[in-house]
Amino acid sequence: MDLSFTAEEQAFREEVRAFFAANLPDDIRDAVRKGGELTKDIMDRYHAILNEKGWLATTWPVEFGGPGWSPVERHIFEEEACRAYAPRIVPFGLAMLGPVLMQFGSEEQQQEYLPRILSGEDWWCQGYSEPGAGSDLASLKTRAVRDGDHYVINGQKTWTTLGQHANRIFCLVRTDPDVKPQKGISFILVDLDTPGIEMRPIKLIEGGHEVNEVFFTDVRVPVENLVGEENMGWTIAKFLLTHERTNIAGVGFSMQSLEEVKALARQVKRNGRPLIEDPLFAARVAQVEIDLEAMKITNLRMLYKAQQQGAPGPETSILKIKGTVIAQELKDLARRALGPAAAPFPGMLSANLAPAPEDAAHNAARYFNNRKTSIYGGSNEIQRNILTKTMLEL
Amino acid sequence: MDFSLTEDRQMLSDSLTRYLREKYPMEARNAAAYAEPFHAPAHWEGLSELGALFALAPEEAGGFGGTGFDVSVVFEALGGALCPEPVLAALMASRLMTAAGEDQEALLSGAVKYAVAIGEIDAWYDVDAVATEAVASGEGHALTGRKSVVYGGQVAEKLLVAARLDGKVALFEVAAEAASVTGYGMIDGGGAAEVVLDATPGRLLIADAGTALADAVNAGIVALCSEAVGAMDALYAMTLDYLRTRKQFGVAIGQFQALQHRSVDMLTEIEQARSITIKAASELGGPEAGRYASMAKNLIGRAGRLVAEEAIQMHGGIAMTWEYPGSHYAKRLVMIDAQLGDTDYHLSRVMAA
Repeated sequence: MDLSFTAEEQAFREEVRAFFAANLPDDIRDAVRKGGELTKDIMDRYHAILNEKGWLATTWPVEFGGPGWSPVERHIFEEEACRAYAPRIVPFGLAMLGPVLMQFGSEEQQQEYLPRILSGEDWWCQGYSEPGAGSDLASLKTRAVRDGDHYVINGQKTWTTLGQHANRIFCLVRTDPDVKPQKGISFILVDLDTPGIEMRPIKLIEGGHEVNEVFFTDVRVPVENLVGEENMGWTIAKFLLTHERTNIAGVGFSMQSLEEVKALARQVKRNGRPLIEDPLFAARVAQVEIDLEAMKITNLRMLYKAQQQGAPGPETSILKIKGTVIAQELKDLARRALGPAAAPFPGMLSANLAPAPEDAAHNAARYFNNRKTSIYGGSNEIQRNILTKTMLEL
Repeated sequence: MDFSLTEDRQMLSDSLTRYLREKYPMEARNAAAYAEPFHAPAHWEGLSELGALFALAPEEAGGFGGTGFDVSVVFEALGGALCPEPVLAALMASRLMTAAGEDQEALLSGAVKYAVAIGEIDAWYDVDAVATEAVASGEGHALTGRKSVVYGGQVAEKLLVAARLDGKVALFEVAAEAASVTGYGMIDGGGAAEVVLDATPGRLLIADAGTALADAVNAGIVALCSEAVGAMDALYAMTLDYLRTRKQFGVAIGQFQALQHRSVDMLTEIEQARSITIKAASELGGPEAGRYASMAKNLIGRAGRLVAEEAIQMHGGIAMTWEYPGSHYAKRLVMIDAQLGDTDYHLSRVMAA
């Protein structure tokens, strides 16, 4: 039993920290610190900075242009990125499609698409959920019908995150309607410039534009865009979900949130004293701090296990369930710390009249936006179903 | 980073677990835990022979362990079997005697039983608030006051007593036979005692014992948290087993999602409890030991109660019976919270830091 990092890992942490200090532009750092939506320009520039260093595709092996990091090194990188107020790496091409192509794609597909993900030439988005297929993803209805050298796609996808910036989408489509739902699904790559595709924004609860609906009307996609075999899409989807679940605990982000809550509660007054001295507020902060401290170790234990066994197990669902609840509690505390000053729409007041510190103006929006985390990537209820199956073996 | 046990600790864990399972099963445990002297002298000897007490002290004090992880391994095994032997008292006494530079061969071999008397009716958890007083008397000191719910006090030959001396909290050794000791059994098994001191002679071990007492309490907390983790694992396994086998409405009740999701929430909190206990164990003896001990005790208090109450609820009526082993685990898990500082006490300590 030893909770310390090795000398090599410590040195790696120093290297990552120094890299961010020297290479993360101030305007990007400030934009992340202030919250709110990040522009495409910021995300593109950030990706280019990491790509130049060879650190963009954190989960990729060296042969495909990744750094070849161990789970622990990835964890250290993510912690340091959060600490430096670096943006999140947009995951759709790098964390999701990339590993899928390495595992299931043809050599041509790997050669064509992987370098374009790294260079930023392609921005991928995800066509999974549909209006009638959320947690029950296998019930999806978007049809792909073979017609000569093409599939003809008709249907609708939704919750397509950052699709407004994307030029390509990977989709789950139904290629066989006459078998068990899971058996008739295929995984296909679609160029968003293809005629018949329309993307419409969905305005979210806090007013932001983060997700979209995508409509497909007689969209013709070449058959060579199929990944793997026809009707093996569900296998690919499940593989992709396990990759989506890495770093799902969000420990680094929550550590940063906790520091923000404490800083805010030192600044804000209640009953003539700093809010941090109010016993009811301080008790809630302390309790979530304890849960987060435990989560750090739980996260490391699972990383250690993944490193020993070669793959993360189903108990990573625990990280999703508890990690999101902790993150949401912290967002709630940040919102409540401001009182009514959390309510004005950010940007609607001039800076010198704003009732909240500039860094905190987005706290209510963040709170509302963050409710998504226990819903997406397999809702926390779906995670409980996954764990139950393993534990109870019923 | 390494979350596996060393070979030595794994062997100790295995031998304690095997001993307790084979020699001290639930019927024997209940027979000992609920009747005077509220433990089993034969098993005290058996555990001592396996080195359970030597593992609690460092080499320079005559033991072969003494780190937080040594404490954890021993108490997790004890908790898994709901062992009522007064090992916690021995651990805390050993920490104090190490600080005092006292020989502890008799303690670690199990030959002499010790209890640590800190808490009082108006000062259960806060060492600084003890009211028991000591005054110089002849060659030694005389102690006056009442120590309440002294765990292991019902069988201890020696008492280590915290008492005020010259404005500081000092530590004294008192012969149990010199004090008025009234023992009793506990609702969750095992025993404790009321200790009344009335100008009782005491031998001064440490004049300013604040640091030593804090260390003993921190070690005791790591022990209790580890005991709780062992007990939670056992009770959770029983609950899963029950969900798989108990049938109602023609199906195993584990088919019901209302119970499935709650069982996952139990598991989540148990894993969190295990994590924070590992953290507290790793910090024991260091500058942040008190902070992480408080974090652990708070989380263990919450998780222990959740696991106990949910296990009872999901079992239904059977868990309300004395006969069902799960009920005894549930009692221990709830009552552990009251030892060495409860959830609220430790939350306020984390807040103050």
